[in-house]
Amino acid sequence: MLKDITLGQYYPVKSFVHDLDPRVKIILTIAFIVAVFLGSSLWAMIPITAFILLSAKAANLPVKLLLKGIKPLRIILIFTFLLNLFFSAGETVLLQVWKIRVTQEGLMLAIRFSMRLVFLVTGASLLTLTTQPVVLTDGLERLMSPLARIGFPAHELAMMMSIALRFIPTLLEEADKIMKAQMARGADFESGNLLQRARAMVPLLVPLFVSAFRRAGDLAMAMEARCYHGGEGRTRLRVLKITHKDYVACAAVAALIVICVIIG
Amino acid sequence: MAITIEHLYHVYQQGSPFQSDALEDIDFTIENGDLLALIGHTGSGKSTLAQHLNGLLKPTSGRVLVDGQNINAKEADRKALRQRVGLLFQYAEYQLFEETVYKDIAFGPKNQGLTGKELDHRVRRAFARVHLPQEVLEKSPFELSGGQMRRVALAGVVAMEPEVLVLDEPIAGLDPKGRDELMEVISDLHRGGVTIVLISHNMDDVARIATRVAVLDKGRLAMLGTPREIFSRGDELEAMGLDVPQTVQLCRKLRAGGVDMPDCLTNEEVCAAILAARGRTAHA
Repeated sequence: MLKDITLGQYYPVKSFVHDLDPRVKIILTIAFIVAVFLGSSLWAMIPITAFILLSAKAANLPVKLLLKGIKPLRIILIFTFLLNLFFSAGETVLLQVWKIRVTQEGLMLAIRFSMRLVFLVTGASLLTLTTQPVVLTDGLERLMSPLARIGFPAHELAMMMSIALRFIPTLLEEADKIMKAQMARGADFESGNLLQRARAMVPLLVPLFVSAFRRAGDLAMAMEARCYHGGEGRTRLRVLKITHKDYVACAAVAALIVICVIIG
Repeated sequence: MAITIEHLYHVYQQGSPFQSDALEDIDFTIENGDLLALIGHTGSGKSTLAQHLNGLLKPTSGRVLVDGQNINAKEADRKALRQRVGLLFQYAEYQLFEETVYKDIAFGPKNQGLTGKELDHRVRRAFARVHLPQEVLEKSPFELSGGQMRRVALAGVVAMEPEVLVLDEPIAGLDPKGRDELMEVISDLHRGGVTIVLISHNMDDVARIATRVAVLDKGRLAMLGTPREIFSRGDELEAMGLDVPQTVQLCRKLRAGGVDMPDCLTNEEVCAAILAARGRTAHA
């Protein structure tokens, strides 16, 4: 039941996009978001959609998987669409029922905003689906490292992120076990009203927190026992390297930005 | 109360690339009054089987019958079942959550719907069975030692007064004293009429207290019999990565050294056999 949370989880296949340097991928994702905001007309959606489909192909990902990432957002999407549809100023009235008007401008805006949301989510999930969390934090750390000179804790932040990601499956497993143990003692997690259900979570949450703190303490001790002292002078197991593939990817995104600017 | 397991299969994450067969064609009966030891190498499916006994896992195929009733049938009352078949998980001390030991032990019986005097009676009786000092009852479970916490967790399951008690490695990680005390509690419960399924890696304990032994190997039931039958097949057990009790190891070494003696399970038996063998040599 708890193991169904797979949103944006790494999809282990070999592909052109998987091989890209994480730093490049992070920057390109940001550039892609910029492109999405540059292309403000409906026409700009064609190259952007084409780009996403091509990237999915190059990443060896089933398009269905990308679409699955949008599903949790459907309520926000519908809300955005309706809000823009009914409450935008415009002249060309398409439909009027009592005081509610649907204008052509409103319709355009509604489509544009909801499509933008879809693009943003698929773009971001392209990054997380093709990059292992550890590699991703590695890339983030390197990108943030210039900021370390002005006292920004880049290494510490990246380390915290990778530890957090590392422990998600462990804690899920633990939660599953504790849940079963309490069910063996007659606990009921499934029935009752909201308040009863919230109260039923106590026998799950207390042991889970206790064990999370215990694990954190153990991990800190184990790291110290192996002389961990932060990022200073630390070498790395995976040395990141820019290859010709990264240049190809950069060129593709640059082309997308240019097209979006031209179409406007 | 007997639990019959019929052609039980369990596959984890079926249909995904991570699919794995945990149990294959398990078929045997746990009789009323048994103290059945379930032994097997790590990953042999012991814990998976344990969770099938009170319906926490659903079989991929096959059936589990408690007193002839299929526990996974639609009309089966799983809550009532879990009260009849208690399960203590591995490292059960991590499931404690209440402010006091008393309240934690009361959690199970309370879920059964007990209140007032009856609840109090149950809690105190279960607490008495695990032999902890009286003042522990009002302490926070998080102030106790690991061994004490384990016994409080056991009391939490015992308080539901199950007819069958499934214990998943109850002594793992305890010191020798804690281990002996806990084994004593388990023997007591068995003598009191509770059917017990004990998962253990400690063959000495198994030899000492089990009435029957089931050996799992790679998800299959490899052997089933009395401890004496099972531990006489030491070579097969070793091939599965399992041990025989130290008493049996000693007997085998002595036999290899030319002393005529049978496989013995307890220290007393070993002594008697050695004395008997010496007697024979002295007379010869």
